[in-house]
Amino acid sequence: MFSAFRTIVHRDLLLAMRRRSDVLTTLFFFVIVVSLFPLGIGPELETLRLIAPGVFWVAALLASMLALEKLFFVDYQDGALEQMLLAPQPLFILVLGKVFAHWLVTGLPLVLLSPLLGLQYDLPGEIIAVMMLTLLIGTPALGLIGSIGAALTLGIRGGGVLVSLLVLPLYIPVLIFGAGAVEAEASGLGGAGHLSMLGAILLLSILAAPLATAAALRISAE
Amino acid sequence: MLEVDNLQCTRGDRHLFSGVGFTLSEGELLHLHGHNGSGKTTLMRTLCGLVAPTEGEVRWKGEPIRRQRDEFAAELLYLGHKNGLKDDLTGIENLLVACRMAGLAVREEQAWDVLERMGLRGHEDLPARVLSQGQQKRVALARLLLSRAPLWILDEPFVGLDVAAVALLEKVIADHVAAGGLVVLTTHQEVALTSGKVKKLRLGWKEEGHV
Repeated sequence: MFSAFRTIVHRDLLLAMRRRSDVLTTLFFFVIVVSLFPLGIGPELETLRLIAPGVFWVAALLASMLALEKLFFVDYQDGALEQMLLAPQPLFILVLGKVFAHWLVTGLPLVLLSPLLGLQYDLPGEIIAVMMLTLLIGTPALGLIGSIGAALTLGIRGGGVLVSLLVLPLYIPVLIFGAGAVEAEASGLGGAGHLSMLGAILLLSILAAPLATAAALRISAE
Repeated sequence: MLEVDNLQCTRGDRHLFSGVGFTLSEGELLHLHGHNGSGKTTLMRTLCGLVAPTEGEVRWKGEPIRRQRDEFAAELLYLGHKNGLKDDLTGIENLLVACRMAGLAVREEQAWDVLERMGLRGHEDLPARVLSQGQQKRVALARLLLSRAPLWILDEPFVGLDVAAVALLEKVIADHVAAGGLVVLTTHQEVALTSGKVKKLRLGWKEEGHV
């Protein structure tokens, strides 16, 4: 079971290395969206500090959704998905592996880059740390929840738009608690409560999302 | 070993086949034929469990396959229309990944050996996207040489292969059948598959086919 997980993670990372443009698109999208706001709003430090958590989180949400399209589509097209469905390991393990690899290349870079972008918003160090922590917990949850939508819309024409309609509403709790934790920390209330909720969402999605995605893949591949 | 009972499949309003039934035991080969669109691929996908039949069931060793998905998957090798190769991985990487996903512990030397036997010497570490159609097919078929699965379901395995590769594949299939394996295959090419008992099932000719 673990070897199947390792195999799929290794394979997807290798594929991502060979096709870096796909990965970089998501990252640049995040960087550009986050950087547009200070340019548009002007150097009002007070305002920027206020909107930073919301902007970061909405940008992370959109970037994660942008990346979803690729999650299963290539496997579906070249037949690798069929072989995954027929592998003697439980499908949710393979799904978990795919989502994990996907997060490593599309989610983790956002987390690592966010301190640099935080400087544009004049965020103090400890707020940036909390922001990173929320993104670290939140982005895998986004990937897991999104994988259900990606699996359901597989092979449907215009699936990209449909994915956003399906998935964005499900992202709302992550957005609320993610941005909320940073805001609470900034206002001096302490973000621990929000962070625990975010952690709970992540745990729940680790448990439930791969199963739902596996079931959706079986339907879509038929 | 493989029992198929009164299988029926409809896709939307389209009626593909019904009343398909046969049994296949060790050392037997089933040749599925029928015109284009008669449902051969769908039948094969149903046998694998990728498509749920509208009626009837597929049993492996007496148990319905949908109740023993992982056990059945471990004894099945399916090669469909799509090769399942990743364009950006090399032949060797593709083969290793495919085998590991199927739960086979394959060493790298073994994989090199097998690709050489498939006539891909010198092309093992090229990305699959630069290989020709026939070479890609050879990489996909290389799995047969490493597989320990008793049941092979092969959808048009001979398409795109040259004469030498067809002969090689025929030998591999014949050896598998002779060793007690089960094979279900479709092909439009005339190939001499002689070893073991060859069963034939025709789809779309008279509505149904019993063997």
